[in-house]
Amino acid sequence: MHRIGVFVCWCGTNIAATVDVKAVAEAARKEPGVVFATDYQYMCSEAGQALIRQAIKDNALTGVVICSCSPRMHEATFRKTVQAAGLNPYMLEIANIREQCSWIHKDIKEGTEKAIILARTAIAKVMLNKPLTAGESAVTKRALVIGGGIAGIQSALDIAEAGYEVDIVEKQPTIGGKMTQIDKTFPTLDCAACILTPKMVDAAQNEKIKIFSYSQVEEVKGFVGSFKAKIRKKARFVDENLCTGCGDCTSKCPSKKNKNEFNLGLDNRPAIYIPFAQAVPKVAVIDAEACIKKKTGKCGLCEKVCSAGAIKYDQQDEIIEREYGAIVVATGFNPIKLDKYDEYAYSQSPDVVTSLELERLMNAAGPTQGTLLRPSDGTHPHTIVFIQCVGSRCDDARGKSYCSKICCMYTAKHAMLIREKYPDTDVHVFYIDVRTPGKNFDEFYRRAVEQYGVDYIKGMVGKVIPHDGKLLVQGSDLISNEQVKIDADMVVLAAAIEPDPTARSVATMLTASIDTNDFFTEAHPKLRPVESPTAGVFLSGVCQGPKDIPETVAQASACAAKVIGLLAKDKLLSNPCVARADESLCSGCSVCQNVCPYGAITYEDREFRIPGPKRSEIRRVAQVNEAVCQGCGACTVACPSGAMDLKGFSTKQIMAEVDAICR
Amino acid sequence: MQTEKEMANDIIRRSGVNPLKCMKCGKCSGTCPAYEDMDYHPHQFVSMVQKGRINELLQSKSIWTCLSCFACIERCPRSVEPAKIIEAVRLELIRRQGCNHLKSDAIPELLDDKLPQQAIVSAFRKYSK
Repeated sequence: MHRIGVFVCWCGTNIAATVDVKAVAEAARKEPGVVFATDYQYMCSEAGQALIRQAIKDNALTGVVICSCSPRMHEATFRKTVQAAGLNPYMLEIANIREQCSWIHKDIKEGTEKAIILARTAIAKVMLNKPLTAGESAVTKRALVIGGGIAGIQSALDIAEAGYEVDIVEKQPTIGGKMTQIDKTFPTLDCAACILTPKMVDAAQNEKIKIFSYSQVEEVKGFVGSFKAKIRKKARFVDENLCTGCGDCTSKCPSKKNKNEFNLGLDNRPAIYIPFAQAVPKVAVIDAEACIKKKTGKCGLCEKVCSAGAIKYDQQDEIIEREYGAIVVATGFNPIKLDKYDEYAYSQSPDVVTSLELERLMNAAGPTQGTLLRPSDGTHPHTIVFIQCVGSRCDDARGKSYCSKICCMYTAKHAMLIREKYPDTDVHVFYIDVRTPGKNFDEFYRRAVEQYGVDYIKGMVGKVIPHDGKLLVQGSDLISNEQVKIDADMVVLAAAIEPDPTARSVATMLTASIDTNDFFTEAHPKLRPVESPTAGVFLSGVCQGPKDIPETVAQASACAAKVIGLLAKDKLLSNPCVARADESLCSGCSVCQNVCPYGAITYEDREFRIPGPKRSEIRRVAQVNEAVCQGCGACTVACPSGAMDLKGFSTKQIMAEVDAICR
Repeated sequence: MQTEKEMANDIIRRSGVNPLKCMKCGKCSGTCPAYEDMDYHPHQFVSMVQKGRINELLQSKSIWTCLSCFACIERCPRSVEPAKIIEAVRLELIRRQGCNHLKSDAIPELLDDKLPQQAIVSAFRKYSK
């Protein structure tokens, strides 16, 4: 016979203001099987938990119902509590009388009535609970980092520092990501390459870190602690182990007119190229679409000049299979395409550039060797207009609803650097709001205005009209209530940033969730910001939301700490609330196997005793791999013969709950 | 007689515009080709309707100088659609008899070949039988 205890939490006034908690405890006490019921201000507090433990001992309770907040909040807490008092942790049920009751009702009478029903339902369920024991699974002591930008590099370095192996998979021929293209970093104005490239070298030289550049993760199977990934190493037609990065091939290559991705197409590169001088790995790659040898079979110049014999025109993609305990997503971002914003004449004039393009035009390794020149005619610009929020904070289909967060600061940086280098240049910045929260950020922006004389105009630009080699910028100055017209030499657009296009496929592959903007969702927006809701998947950098470099690095290290915490464990306890097939009912139809999203169900032939002269028969029945099953319950509803059941959420238990509600 | 607040609510309902969505970026006024001929500018229409300052707008020259070219609707990053609110203010007057800005007889002589189609349509909107 069950002896159930019911504990009703006030949650301060969160519950007690809309639910008569004493009445709920009173009603629960009258339920059959309930031998103890009480209420308390904060059940989750140390005192509340002590009360539960004491009541279990004093009343020899066999099951516990806690009427409180959502089980997502404190189920784990209370499981530990009842376990400490000697009960099986799965002999606990939570009745959610906060999120599903007090928070959504205003009337105390209605709220109380519903809370009593919810309590009664949980009591009906706990009566049918069975003690469950969590299984164990091993942890592969290696992490996979998807994306080799500053976020991925920092996470990898920190994980390696703790002594675990890390693989970085980067789709570009070099690691480094967007930060390699940035000239200076705000608010200290140190050179991006000077602080990034040493980290890239550290990653390459670290014996715990393996870099798969020019590679993509194609498939991930398994679960936390034991993921299996397939990595496609794209053919670069150069043997990575032989190439010394001398660059002889790149200077001899006759196919020279290919857009240089590193300089965002502002200049050209050969068909065989090294992305930039500090690339890691510093290995050439052949762009097969531009290579004359690959296209026509004639040429082969690079092969002739390569003294290392590294050129391999017949190299094929390679598939590598590796096992991991944890996965870090660091897929990063891109500026949005501006083809839908033609009012700014981006496609009409080469002198209208994005902010990232301006970084290249100001960088010593860029197409102009660091001298700011107009892309159209190579002259010095004397009037430059910056337009902020291009595609950010938009309500329409053209843009993004969010603030891209980094644009205010990099625009202030650009404006300041231009005024510093070329004091004869007039710089105007059109803004909607200037947002500079961050250490030394507002001081930085004020310096641009006060010290460098950058003209900030509150208002947006309506249109940019190219005429006679100049750009007529027409916009609003809302503070003086005027329409302003500026004859500019260059216009710089602070384009919104969006998650890398691979984010969606990576999320699907990992069964990790993303939001409507394709940013990865964190397990809890405040308390678990670097974990995905999918166990074993962690988030680093802009893939989770817009961030600047300091924030990205901080999050990358936080993410690494979580990964290290996981890899440090020898065994993981698995969720015991998994599916189980009743072999005597299973008809062998395979429906469950087809609906299982985790591939946890297999079929095997088993011998069963039957009445009659044959005495036994062989039948094909379902088997659940408990380590792989996530307890989603898809099989239980799909099974036509009712053979599949979910431990802890059995059909009987759910029917008992429904009966209790309808009573 | 309606109060200004009631008129504002009518205008908001009739235009289908939610002025609270406006972020006050001024792109509408930055893009407006009729800006120089207006006393109140598109962004001011949005905030004045929101604040219920309708009488001033009813007196304004702008409701007749707006070309209904919809550049502000096209470019507004918040989908506020200022031209619709200007049109709704204009309707407020047109619906009162005797307040027509244009006489039907006067329209033909105003037409010339260079006038964009949209401006002609807009002119007829400003005229009501």
